[in-house]
Amino acid sequence: MTKLIYYPGCTLKNHARNFDVSTVSSMGKLDVEVAEMSRWNCCGTVHCLSSDNVMNRVAPVTNLIRVKEEGGSEFMTGCAMCYNTLKRANIDVKQRADMLETINEFVYLEETKYAGEVDVLHLLEYLRDRVTFDAMGKRVVKPLAGLKVACYYGCLLVRPKEVAFDDVENPTVMEDLVSALGATPVPFPLKADCCGAYHTVGKPEIIADRTNRIMGSAAEEEADLVIVSCPLCAYNLDFRQEDAKRMNPDFQHLPVLYFTQLMALAFGCDESALRLDLHHIDPKPALAARGLV
Amino acid sequence: MATTTVRISSARVSSPFVARIEKISAQNLLACYQCGKCSAGCPMAAHMDILPNQIIRMAQLGMHEQLLASEAIWTCVSCMTCNTRCPKGVRIAETIEALRETRLRTGERNDCLKIGDILPGARADLPPIAMISALRKLSS
Ligand code: SF4
Ligand code: SF4
Repeated sequence: MTKLIYYPGCTLKNHARNFDVSTVSSMGKLDVEVAEMSRWNCCGTVHCLSSDNVMNRVAPVTNLIRVKEEGGSEFMTGCAMCYNTLKRANIDVKQRADMLETINEFVYLEETKYAGEVDVLHLLEYLRDRVTFDAMGKRVVKPLAGLKVACYYGCLLVRPKEVAFDDVENPTVMEDLVSALGATPVPFPLKADCCGAYHTVGKPEIIADRTNRIMGSAAEEEADLVIVSCPLCAYNLDFRQEDAKRMNPDFQHLPVLYFTQLMALAFGCDESALRLDLHHIDPKPALAARGLV
Repeated sequence: MATTTVRISSARVSSPFVARIEKISAQNLLACYQCGKCSAGCPMAAHMDILPNQIIRMAQLGMHEQLLASEAIWTCVSCMTCNTRCPKGVRIAETIEALRETRLRTGERNDCLKIGDILPGARADLPPIAMISALRKLSS
């Protein structure tokens, strides 16, 4: 078994437990032991875009310190927002010695000083480049034949360019994964259009509009479901469908799953690794229609 | 947007305000030549009172009060579609963040989102990723 240091992020430990358990179980089937860090903190969820705000880079960097303490030179997260925030903070401190020095001063109680030794990986990037989709295809015990999947990237997996591990305008890594699992990716013009993110807190009407457009585009392509890698996209596109329906009576409900849940399904993991009970729009009918549950 | 009269002078364009926005955002605002590509692709444009290219233009011109009073600086969600498409390499999202931070750094509580205003029911339903990102971007 290969051991891979894993940073789950806060939301995978409560609202998105389905993302967490399906990651650990499906990677186990690929002989990768996903080893959660013994200590970690919230990364702050969003990268700070100001050049002079050092404070907001402290939370991500303390996680990099933890990885270094565990003897790791790299670690993985599946959450698109954590990935973006951790990776961008890492780029900042690698490029700016002054910022790194200030952060190390802020965290003077830490025994370990950080100097840019750790690399941040996203699970999709790890699957494509290290495991390879060919090898994954060989582990499929239940091919997802006939399942039509719209792959939603949102904003933070592929933007900006310095963190993107795929094309910024037309990424295909998730479609390639879906094909390896035996399912059919459908074209999805709005796949990298932002869902409205944190406006779900104060301006849910914006999210209803975004969800209506994004999920409507997937429905037009006759997708059975939409996959994501971000718990905030998942929440918005799944839980805000009621608001979208109020806004547009023709709106068609569609389930939203994490890409790791499709992996767990195709690799024959236990039902407990899927947690299909945690969805607002129940994915079981769509999966049952294809004979998958 | 309501009609505004703007007097443009070299004093405005080289004002401390313009210098501060350029410093916080690490951008050269005058690089923008107003092609409008940022606004054309912005997923939030439909919900903005002034568009991203207008924000950049107004920032070039030092329109301090109008910018800091606009709704749009809070509506931008830093999705960075504009940044990846700008033919002049202007980081629009960074510029808008500099405007938000300028509001938030006044020393008064200029928060756009007040945690007390979020209903307890909503607070319980929302995932932490939503609450933390909203508070990081919209409050000081
Ligand atoms: S895309 Fe760039 S150059 Fe064009 S208007 Fe926007 S900021 Fe200016
Ligand atoms: S970063 Fe802001 S201005 Fe740019 S496209 Fe996204 S929402 Fe629009």
